[in-house]
Amino acid sequence: MNRRIAIVGIGNTDFNSMTPDVSWKELMFEACQKAYIDAGVDPRKDVDSFITCAEDFYEGFSIFDEFVPDQIGATLRPCCTVCGDGIYGLGNAFMQIKTGQMDVVSVEAHSKISDLLTFGDVVLHAYDPLFEKPVSGPVERQNYVGSPSYPKEKPKPIVGSSNEKNRIHPYFLAGLEMQHYLKKTGTTEEQCAQVVVKNKKNAFNTPYADYEANISVEDVMNSEYLFKPVKRLDISPNVDGCIAFVLADEKTAKKLDVEPIWLKGFGWCSETPWLSTRKMNADYAKMASDMAYKMAGITNPKKEINIAEVDDRFSYKELQHLEALGLADSGKAGKLLEDGELDISGSLPTNTSGGSLGVGNCFEATGLQKSLEIVTQLRGHAGKKQLSDVDIGIAQSWRGIPSGSGAVAIFGR
Amino acid sequence: MMSMKKEGYPKYAPGTHVSRKDIRNKNKTYTWWEPEVQYSWAMGPAISRFLQELKNGKIIARCCNKCDRVIVPPRMFCEYCYKPTDKWLYIKDTGTVETFSIAYLDGDARRIKDPILIGVISIDGASPQHGFMHYFGEMKPEELHIGMKVKAVWKPEKERTGAITDIKYFKPLKGGGK
Repeated sequence: MNRRIAIVGIGNTDFNSMTPDVSWKELMFEACQKAYIDAGVDPRKDVDSFITCAEDFYEGFSIFDEFVPDQIGATLRPCCTVCGDGIYGLGNAFMQIKTGQMDVVSVEAHSKISDLLTFGDVVLHAYDPLFEKPVSGPVERQNYVGSPSYPKEKPKPIVGSSNEKNRIHPYFLAGLEMQHYLKKTGTTEEQCAQVVVKNKKNAFNTPYADYEANISVEDVMNSEYLFKPVKRLDISPNVDGCIAFVLADEKTAKKLDVEPIWLKGFGWCSETPWLSTRKMNADYAKMASDMAYKMAGITNPKKEINIAEVDDRFSYKELQHLEALGLADSGKAGKLLEDGELDISGSLPTNTSGGSLGVGNCFEATGLQKSLEIVTQLRGHAGKKQLSDVDIGIAQSWRGIPSGSGAVAIFGR
Repeated sequence: MMSMKKEGYPKYAPGTHVSRKDIRNKNKTYTWWEPEVQYSWAMGPAISRFLQELKNGKIIARCCNKCDRVIVPPRMFCEYCYKPTDKWLYIKDTGTVETFSIAYLDGDARRIKDPILIGVISIDGASPQHGFMHYFGEMKPEELHIGMKVKAVWKPEKERTGAITDIKYFKPLKGGGK
């Protein structure tokens, strides 16, 4: 089945640090309804298959899949959940359509991370139980607002087997990787700070962004070290929000009243979980992009890619990822940034949406947030930040700490 | 076994079971972790109102004008028509047993002497097969049957917290017929 596959519908909610007014169901309903209206399809008749991307521990349900169909229009229809980032969902939709079994497939990913009270513990729970967990984690359990024991009982001491006083927050892993990246490439902390400044500024032109700010490199440099060299402002803050996409095969896409944006290639890759064995240069992104470029027929990404949305959940990650994707030479992404090449007016506009630093860390929706910006730019609907002459864009996401996994999608007009 | 030893097998060859004591005393290699996972879900407008009304001793539903359903527990959108629902409607606190089970094991899989009666109730005033799961009380296990008419027994107003357990259980509805 050699059918081309297009993005024919996009929808998203506003992104907010907290969303106490809605449940995850209403959040999903809003984004999906917008995507179906954008595509001009009725989910109850026209959509053949539904995919959501969610991680049970973030949601707070085992088998979260069961709680999904109603709000995305999938009741009594083919529906499945991908436990991973939204770009993995796009890949699955792509493959389903390629089989010829499905013509129209929807993909949804969201974050309702504000429902999770013990965020640090859930991040920690992704760590190896023997080698990594014992050094990490909070010293004492907190009693969280909303838990039945709040505020009466004293916090419980943490369980485990190592010296409790030496425990550190699981985000320390970013400190390890950034240290290694700076030393190896000669990139500076100031250059990473500049990523934060750029992205938070870009976010002013993204209506759904929650962390837009007009700050300076000094502001970032003066924010306190959390895991040296990672400073407070180098970290993307958490947000709630939802994004939905509708994909269709070429024949169906051409019947719809929408400009199709082609999903030309995608790829994904996972590294070893052994931290000491990883090269810490985002090989997962390199391998995933090699796969995607090959599928899309891209031989010179630096020349052919007009716009990039790369994972920037920590500031250094944007530069590291640009190099892994072959969009900058090793150690040279910082220089491109300083020269203004990554700005909206530059030769490789990067994270024009504001990225995770400007929009917020939306967890499994991160890849779709990146893809949303690319599709919006390719459609020419990006408003003030609209680029001229964009034909090919790349969206890349990382599964987040502590993973060495990620995916890439390439879109074109 | 004796002959195996004579033939020079190492003495651990037959193997020994790992005992609970071995685990407790850390005589065997294992690793253990207890994650702390706590959530506080925002319930959204439909379920929030539903829970508030339970506190008032009432059951409230949402209506979809397109498929004419009275939906309980209420939702802000109709999953069949895929559109927002249209209005609130108080319904009764009586209903019909759709299905039931008599449970003889507690949460820890221990035998319970007095079995617990549990089932699904369609609430009167809602569309057919719209309701929720709850306990049954004030009846013998052998009385409970599909199609039985039942009525909610509420906690005293002061003890209600805005939870599904503000209803203690459903009891037989007198004069409710079979």
